[in-house]
Amino acid sequence: MSSITLPAGNDKPVYYEIDEHPHPEGHSTLLGFWIYLMSDCLIFAILFACYAVLGGNFAAGPGPKDLFDLNLIALNTAMLLFSSLTYGFAMIAMQNRNLRHVQMWLAVTGLFGAAFLAIELYEFSHLIHIGATPQRSAFLSAFFTLVGTHGLHVTFGLVWLVTLIVQLGRHGLNPANQRRVACLSLFWHFLDVIWIGVFTFVYLMGML
Amino acid sequence: MSAATTHAEQAENDSHGIEIPHASYRDYTIGFVLSVILTAIPFGLVMTGVLSPAVTGVTILGLAVVQIVVHMVYFLHMSPKAEGGWSITSLIFTIIVVGIMLSGSLWVMSNLNTNMMPQAHEEMSQIP
Repeated sequence: MSSITLPAGNDKPVYYEIDEHPHPEGHSTLLGFWIYLMSDCLIFAILFACYAVLGGNFAAGPGPKDLFDLNLIALNTAMLLFSSLTYGFAMIAMQNRNLRHVQMWLAVTGLFGAAFLAIELYEFSHLIHIGATPQRSAFLSAFFTLVGTHGLHVTFGLVWLVTLIVQLGRHGLNPANQRRVACLSLFWHFLDVIWIGVFTFVYLMGML
Repeated sequence: MSAATTHAEQAENDSHGIEIPHASYRDYTIGFVLSVILTAIPFGLVMTGVLSPAVTGVTILGLAVVQIVVHMVYFLHMSPKAEGGWSITSLIFTIIVVGIMLSGSLWVMSNLNTNMMPQAHEEMSQIP
């Protein structure tokens, strides 16, 4: 039961709010970005499903055991894990309102991300060099699409990261920039979550 | 005019106008250490091959799920209370959709592979 009493007298009772709610700018950005990430999750889920269905069709070509080098993948995974940790430090620096440290940790994160990308590109170029191109078999098509899409996300994450470092340099830690750092944090950690699926399902399961 | 400035000033001063989840060294360190352990074990299992392939497969899939949860909690600060519960609601919805989609695709396609292929092959071979 509502305990609101009707105004006494002849005033017309009002059942709706006359004044607009306060909507601080960007108050829903983080949730919106999270929902975007969930839709991205669906994209990756579809690519994982493709890989799961097509991953066994080698067309008499090379299979995972002939192609993958687990040492390289372990190194790659380490790069992404370190970058997640350093992004965490950037978030903590932002909480402490330390602009220099935020920029420094973001730059370190970017370096780890770039190292990850470099290793992945090296792996891809090696595969293509020995003839294991996306055209070779359904397995390789699905592999390049799935891992390549993740790599593309990391690439755009890096672009965003560099942009953000510049923006932070120009405008400092204003609310808009804080929001952006928080959104990129979600994006970056989300990519790490996807990578867990990739290295487990594609690389490790492939070597069994 | 004055209302606009006070609003802007308020936004400048109040950094918690946006609800950014609280981060701490403790959370990130715990998350990182757990992730390293949960990554090292599957890599070690596969590279040394101490267990049978079937057992290894189930183990590394299980560890991956645990690691994803660790990342969600310690890095993405996922909790039932985040964003008034809407984050976890959309996450659960996504997990359900992904689960239906993945299991459905695998089920249907493996059915097709086992049931349709030989038949199609026989039919093809009977074609003069």
